[in-house]
Amino acid sequence: MRTDRPARGSAHWRVDAWLWLLQRASAAVLAVCVAVHLATIFYAVHAGLTAQTILGRMHASIAWPAFYVLFVVAAAVHAPIGLRAVAAEWLGFGGRRADLVAAAIGIALLALGLRAVWALAR
Amino acid sequence: MTAGTAQAGGLSRERRPETAPLPSSQLDVVIWRSGAGGRLERFSVPRAPSQTVLDVVTWIQRHLDATLAYRFACRVGMCGSCAMTVNGVARWTCRTHVDRVAPAGRLELRPLANLPVIRDLVCDMREFFDKWTAAKGAFVPTATRRDPPARVPPASRERRHADAAIECIGCGVCYASCDIVAWRPAYLGPAALNRAWTLENDVRDGARVARLAAVAGDAGCHACHSQASCTERCPKHLAPTASIAGLKRLASRSLFERDR
Repeated sequence: MRTDRPARGSAHWRVDAWLWLLQRASAAVLAVCVAVHLATIFYAVHAGLTAQTILGRMHASIAWPAFYVLFVVAAAVHAPIGLRAVAAEWLGFGGRRADLVAAAIGIALLALGLRAVWALAR
Repeated sequence: MTAGTAQAGGLSRERRPETAPLPSSQLDVVIWRSGAGGRLERFSVPRAPSQTVLDVVTWIQRHLDATLAYRFACRVGMCGSCAMTVNGVARWTCRTHVDRVAPAGRLELRPLANLPVIRDLVCDMREFFDKWTAAKGAFVPTATRRDPPARVPPASRERRHADAAIECIGCGVCYASCDIVAWRPAYLGPAALNRAWTLENDVRDGARVARLAAVAGDAGCHACHSQASCTERCPKHLAPTASIAGLKRLASRSLFERDR
């Protein structure tokens, strides 16, 4: 017999609902970002752009760094929420521990991603 | 078989030639028997026209092994008590024809998944119905007997949402078919959430805010991955997936409202 019961305070469901909403919203952003990112890579490869040219374009406009900052933020929001669910459902690793691990992964993704954007844009 | 078969045949909606040849005169039936860790036991059952899986189980209990435990009541798809796992899929056995699910004449019958087994094909449904209670699946009236009857326009959005989900008879097929229930034991499951959705759309109900709090979150609607096994398997052709999506919409909207 299972003994765990759905237990939550009135505030806790709001956190879950916010995470769910944020993951959907970030997925919508990612769908656009990934498409633009891949299309740009195809274009760059076919047009024979060199690394130097690409770096030059990153420096020339604020739009590309801004785009990749948005991309990084969306990924850093999206991935840990999904990993938290995977941990709870497939690894039997839920609760506060999973929350902390997911938050750490999110912060790491954000830091590494922003550092990469900064390295290309500065 | 006798009268039971003739009745089941008469109730069948499927069109089949009366003289359809039976592939073999015997069915090879394997049934889960509990006790000492459990094992599968093999039976040979004569085939009959329009034979249902429930007919097969009943025949075994009457003629081969009187100790076989299974659950049924109405035999006509109204009570929701005879659901079992038939060749790997949760189904009402009373409305499942052997011809449809076992063309090769082989049946494997197990109790419903995701529920504790009491004996043989009988599950303990307590947990399933406890979750209906946890999801506040009971109507909370706001009017008294002295008030006039509520007028709910049949064409209103809420009424149409409730109508689409209301015919659930609590058989547990969706619950047994849901992977999320298997992965997250605290998950309320499709039937309880579907029930909650009907009440969230009942304009007469007085507990809609409290109910939404009870069914939202990781043990409730937000755990659903919309895999739609419940909708695929529901014998009443309901769409619990759509009901759960509706609850997610309600919860998302309420995040931006002050009073909820």
